[in-house]
Amino acid sequence: MTFSQDDFRDSSLVKTALDELQRITTRPWVIMEICGGQTHAIMQYGLDQLLPPSLELVHGPGCPVCVTPLELVDKAIAIAYRPDVIFCSFGDMLRVPGSNEDLFSVRAKGGQVRVVYSPLDAIQVAKDNPKKEVVFFAIGFETTAPVNAASVLQAENLGLKNYSVLVSQVCVPPAMEAILSSPSNRVQGFLAAGHVCSVMGYWEYLPLAEKYKIPIVITGFEPLDLVSGILQTVRQLENETYIVENAYPRVVTQLGNRSALTMINKVYMPVDRNWRGIGMIPMSGWGLRSEYAQYDAELRFDTSGIQVMESKVCIAGEILRGIKKPFECPAFRVECNPSRPLGAPMVSSEGACSAYYRYSSEGSD
Amino acid sequence: MALQDQSIFENASCPILLPHDSRIVMGHGSGGRMTRDLIRQVFLPLFSNPALDAANDFASIPSQDGELIISTDNHIVSPLFFPGGDIGRLAICGTVNDIAVSGAKPLYLTAGFIIEEGFLIEELARIVSSMKSALEESGVLMVAGDTKVVEKGKADGVFINTTGVGWRSNNFIIGGANARPGDAVLISGTLADHGIAVLSARGELALESSIQSDVAPLNGLIDTLLHTLPEIHVFRDPTRGGLATTLNEIAHQSHVEIVLDEKTIPLSLPVKTCCEMLGFDPLYVANEGKLVIILPEKDANAALDILKRHKYGSQAASIGSITYGKKTRVLLKTLIGGTRILDLLSGEMLPRIC
Repeated sequence: MTFSQDDFRDSSLVKTALDELQRITTRPWVIMEICGGQTHAIMQYGLDQLLPPSLELVHGPGCPVCVTPLELVDKAIAIAYRPDVIFCSFGDMLRVPGSNEDLFSVRAKGGQVRVVYSPLDAIQVAKDNPKKEVVFFAIGFETTAPVNAASVLQAENLGLKNYSVLVSQVCVPPAMEAILSSPSNRVQGFLAAGHVCSVMGYWEYLPLAEKYKIPIVITGFEPLDLVSGILQTVRQLENETYIVENAYPRVVTQLGNRSALTMINKVYMPVDRNWRGIGMIPMSGWGLRSEYAQYDAELRFDTSGIQVMESKVCIAGEILRGIKKPFECPAFRVECNPSRPLGAPMVSSEGACSAYYRYSSEGSD
Repeated sequence: MALQDQSIFENASCPILLPHDSRIVMGHGSGGRMTRDLIRQVFLPLFSNPALDAANDFASIPSQDGELIISTDNHIVSPLFFPGGDIGRLAICGTVNDIAVSGAKPLYLTAGFIIEEGFLIEELARIVSSMKSALEESGVLMVAGDTKVVEKGKADGVFINTTGVGWRSNNFIIGGANARPGDAVLISGTLADHGIAVLSARGELALESSIQSDVAPLNGLIDTLLHTLPEIHVFRDPTRGGLATTLNEIAHQSHVEIVLDEKTIPLSLPVKTCCEMLGFDPLYVANEGKLVIILPEKDANAALDILKRHKYGSQAASIGSITYGKKTRVLLKTLIGGTRILDLLSGEMLPRIC
């Protein structure tokens, strides 16, 4: 059987699922959707207003732009200023504030900063500009890891000497564990990120569900996917079961995408990563294996001596951990808006603050 | 594996403010919030006068038996030739439409060309020939022009400015400030075709699409509508910044709330698919041949009949209404029955990561 995307936006199917959710919900529950793409879909469709009032959705750290650490943004800016460099990045990263400026400002001052849609486009830029150093900002969760790794393998195959990657690759399960083990945690159930699981599978979540007695439901991004994910999570909470369920089976399998995983494991190895707004989480990301050190932009360019200065204006950390909502921040809509972001969650199209700013009237009074 | 140091967690912080107010960045040209702020900060305080302060896409200079309507626009599209049009057609239609949406009859245009050294004269001739056919279609005369050449690398092929004048008789009161509660909001066809056609013609997306730009002169359509339905309150062409930006401007000028119904908004399947893949919201993508019409609900069906019979209005639809809201804002009733705000575009529209 095949589905069209519109089936997952069908208002009568969504209404049936919402009615069922209303029927089974007897108590207040706090559920976190991990992925910024889910946060945006929820706000974009106004789904938050249609849920039983006793359910609270909190927004997780799954916005790659938001959690990329400041020191890496500063390194990216320093590298992008070099006259011998063409710096390639996904579009969202251009607006993320570093200590003093962002990549947009670098471009306005003459640095060669290009928006690409895939690192494989950056490979093409490297082929077309053999006298320039081409650096790709390889950020993201498990979703971007395969194609970022593929670009390194392609550079190797093509014998490209002028391509390197500035890596800030992070992984979801360690961040979930960090949230669950925090004393201020309020989250009682997770909607796991469907696209992350399409790469990784969901075997990693089984021990988490068991250890922390928490339902984890792999959830997609269309309205019906989201309501189904919430429905399965609430059903588990009401029945006191705590298992991993797959509510996105048309995309996700338990073991994930084997060829993507092979590429990731060939190029990357697990490393400690700093998360912007959250702090260091052990073994929470990937770095290049030593065999691929020649493609590491941090080794190729001297970026020592960068002074990182994080201000303490906004509450991004609490928002990324689901402790506070964007409109609870005193700066929200006041000093902080997408044109003048104080924090990364207001920058990215996947950031929670930007979703609230764009789609919700809360905090607008 | 728990966090080693909860204090890091509890003192989480956020980056500092980067206002972009010392140097121009691309977002200042997006037509959204940054553009508006730049105009308010740099231009308006020094040039302020009643015609400019009305903040329409055109200026109105009152005269004895009508108004002189003036509008100017720079055209900098890349690539210069794209499916459905080119910079020449765009330069004519852009200014003709800005005048026509005031309810005026566009009469005369001037054109200024900034041409990059090395540009092929053959391509320039193609552009000028395309301008001629758009002028003929809109019945407007080109009465003055200027050319300047800059060194190679100082421009991107050719930039064209057009300025136009038109005449509005006293019979019509059309403008962004005239939307009234109870009015219907109509759109003359599918959204985002121009923006996505140009983007895919750039070849950066590795996408091949059949999407054509909608660039077209709308003065004929406007003339027909206005002479049949003189009570029309607002015409606007939702160009840079898209429908959402245009409706926000109207909500602001008229001090009204606008409510759109998402399921009625016309989008072609290729555009919808492209936008979803790239993370663009089609309501913020540019159109160059579409018309927003705001008019009393009683006239909506008659207007739709006229639109659907016209070659530039066959996909027209009624997409929302002006309501008695507490706030001046634009709301969207979503496909599944929720409601969300449609705000101004902030900065440059960027493709998302995943």
